[in-house]
Amino acid sequence: MKCTKCGGKAVVPIKRHNAAFCAEHFFEYFENQVERAIKEHRMFRRGDKILVAVSGGKDSLAVWDVLLRMGYEAHGLYIDLGIGEYSQRSKEKVLKFAEQRGATLRVVSIEEEFGLGTPEFARKAGRPACSACGLNKRYLFNREALRGGYDVIVTGHNLDDEAATLLGNILNWNVGYLARQSPVLEATAPNLVKKAKPLYRLTEREIASYCVLRGIDYIVEECPMAKGAKSIEYKYLLNQLEELSPGAKARFFFGFLEKGRPHFEAEQEKVEVRPCQVCGQPTTAEVCAHCRMLQRVGAAAAP
Amino acid sequence: MKVTVPIPVKKVYEMKGPKRVQEILKELGLPYESVIVIYQQDLLTPDAVVPDDAEIEVRPAISGGEA
Ligand code: SF4
Ligand SMILES: [Zn+2]
Ligand SMILES: [Zn+2]
Repeated sequence: MKCTKCGGKAVVPIKRHNAAFCAEHFFEYFENQVERAIKEHRMFRRGDKILVAVSGGKDSLAVWDVLLRMGYEAHGLYIDLGIGEYSQRSKEKVLKFAEQRGATLRVVSIEEEFGLGTPEFARKAGRPACSACGLNKRYLFNREALRGGYDVIVTGHNLDDEAATLLGNILNWNVGYLARQSPVLEATAPNLVKKAKPLYRLTEREIASYCVLRGIDYIVEECPMAKGAKSIEYKYLLNQLEELSPGAKARFFFGFLEKGRPHFEAEQEKVEVRPCQVCGQPTTAEVCAHCRMLQRVGAAAAP
Repeated sequence: MKVTVPIPVKKVYEMKGPKRVQEILKELGLPYESVIVIYQQDLLTPDAVVPDDAEIEVRPAISGGEA
């Protein structure tokens, strides 16, 4: 297989673009896709302070790497979830990554914040692990971004994540989520930091390829709590579609953004958002879902 | 050749080479869209032929959970 650009040996074929690239031209393609995502959705500008939520996995390390290479001021935020050896190993990867690049990294620990690691915390909260973990992460990302004065929080969500989420939302007709699913979530309330997903145009295979070719040492193993997650099944289904019809995932998600979402957005009722009486983060209730969960677990919310 | 699939549970397969990556994946039941194929720190495309004495890694690129 030959590189579409230079005729050299290709290492990454990309069927949906009828292309294949050598390492050098793949990096160029990768940065172009990121650049396009940032520009098209006005995610951030040069000079903005960016906080990248890093887990040690391929997506978050890839997005951090590419933003640093493109010259953005991007700091990392690692949340130690207290999930046994998995957390230890992922933390080591993140620390090493930051050290090698001299990048700024903030670290917070669920155990130090709330007294328990994620598995025990979720059990006490009476929630599935990923639901409790998701609420904790969302709360801490936002809190740390506010404390550090960041303009935007960046996550490593990719095309497969977004297409799988969209499929799930459509199968269940979650119209509220369909109105909001987007590569960028604006800071629509006080104490809410803008969120952006610069990798949403790139697939998981492209991102894993990027990491290997760039020598980024990411954690390959899955979080043990992710077992049996619906999203994995959706992703396999979507990849089967992709094999039959290259570009299916991109058409599905990009088409939704362009032609589908505006309808759901227009239908959405305006909900009133106000600061949580306990923590001050925005909520539609008196006390936000995260603080209610903490009350249930008996952990104190750090203000 | 030796084919290692590291996750969800690490498995090592013995296969007779030379063989195309495409055929290896077919035997493993893994679509190319959901993996990367690593050989000596480089990536193999589906048309690449793997010699019998090679050791390769077929690494699933799909991750789950609420990332
Ligand atoms: S898989 Fe679930 S528990 Fe594990 S990090 Fe992701 S959200 Fe948290
Ligand atoms: Zn090239
Ligand atoms: Zn609150």
